[in-house]
Amino acid sequence: MIGTLLKRDLAKFFPFAGGGTSLPVMFFVAIAMLYPFAVGPDPNILSRTGGGVVWIAALLAAILPLEKLVAQDIELGFFDQLRLRGLTEEMMMAMRLVAHWLSFGPPLIIATLPAAALLAIDGPTLYLLLLGLLAGTPGLAAIGLVIAAITASLRTGAALSGLLLIPLSLPILIFGAGALARQEAANIGIVAAISLGLVAMAPFAAGAAIKAAREV
Amino acid sequence: MMQAQLTASNLACRRGDRLLFRKVSFELGAGAALHVTGVNGIGKTTLIRSLSGLTTPFAGEIRRVGEVGLLDERPALDLDQPLGKALAFWQQVDRCVDPAVAQGELGLERLLEVPVRYLSTGQRKRASLAILLTREVPIWLLDEPLSGLDAAAIEAVTQLIKDHVSAGGIALIASHQQLDIDDLEALELGDYVPEQEEEEDK
Repeated sequence: MIGTLLKRDLAKFFPFAGGGTSLPVMFFVAIAMLYPFAVGPDPNILSRTGGGVVWIAALLAAILPLEKLVAQDIELGFFDQLRLRGLTEEMMMAMRLVAHWLSFGPPLIIATLPAAALLAIDGPTLYLLLLGLLAGTPGLAAIGLVIAAITASLRTGAALSGLLLIPLSLPILIFGAGALARQEAANIGIVAAISLGLVAMAPFAAGAAIKAAREV
Repeated sequence: MMQAQLTASNLACRRGDRLLFRKVSFELGAGAALHVTGVNGIGKTTLIRSLSGLTTPFAGEIRRVGEVGLLDERPALDLDQPLGKALAFWQQVDRCVDPAVAQGELGLERLLEVPVRYLSTGQRKRASLAILLTREVPIWLLDEPLSGLDAAAIEAVTQLIKDHVSAGGIALIASHQQLDIDDLEALELGDYVPEQEEEEDK
């Protein structure tokens, strides 16, 4: 049952698959493209600040899929039907987290390559950037899932989730982008640790939010 | 076919701060069918959700023997997918061997290529019934199973309920329509509304 659910979630969210959206990736590349126009084509400025821009773009791109992530399936009664079949909300949310990360993490990491070219990011920085995004995006996905579950039953949930994600993802941004400034891979260990904690916690928090949404 | 029992004793439910009904008790054994009636907003859906175990009742006890199948106004089908694929998800989840039977009885074969988004209310209702049938469960909780259905579909669904009951299942049906089912017990939720509420209404 779990495999079937994961397959369905992926079909729903993966870019270029049936219901998924490629918007976050487009948005991400668009920011990298616009930045040189805004600050000028000086390669020194670009390569010094480009890594931080990529991090900000990744963070903002993580907001885009949140609207559909949980709310639609609550409305359609999906989680209720799965619950009646004996699946726990925590397990549903764990599968949703995996599907959500696969749908925006790896595509963003791949899109970082053209973004790095546009921003004149050099080899060692690119390496730290890719490593940092690999460590940080699971954390962003976990924060996003919890927020999406909590705001699912609110009418203005979509707008609110963006505002909530930004402050909560600050630690990931600080340590992830900080690794670039100091050219230090140790910071990425901290990003990975934050992500790990968030990923471990998210299915329980999101599951509790879904259960609470039933009791009006 | 299967062991089934659904018992409610002294059940009370509320929505927000308002007590909807109280002291609802009934006992349904294998082969029993109960028709729940009452005006709009009286709490039929709340009752059914409590009985299914998805929400906790305000007071009282519910005892279920056997698994529960729930049918309500939400189809639990992906809107972007063609009906056949959306139904296939539940067939895989429920490990249904022969879904064609249920789909045939509900007249869904011709709709399998149509995206769920384009289905009419009645067609979606029939699709939800097909999901209920992919899984053999003894207790059926049906919230307005006949709304939006045409005459032929109403007859087919009534027959499905009859077959389920005579096979030893339990059916609890909340509906505004008359149900043509033998030995149908009735529960009028209006009889269980707290008294102050009634006075306020007057």
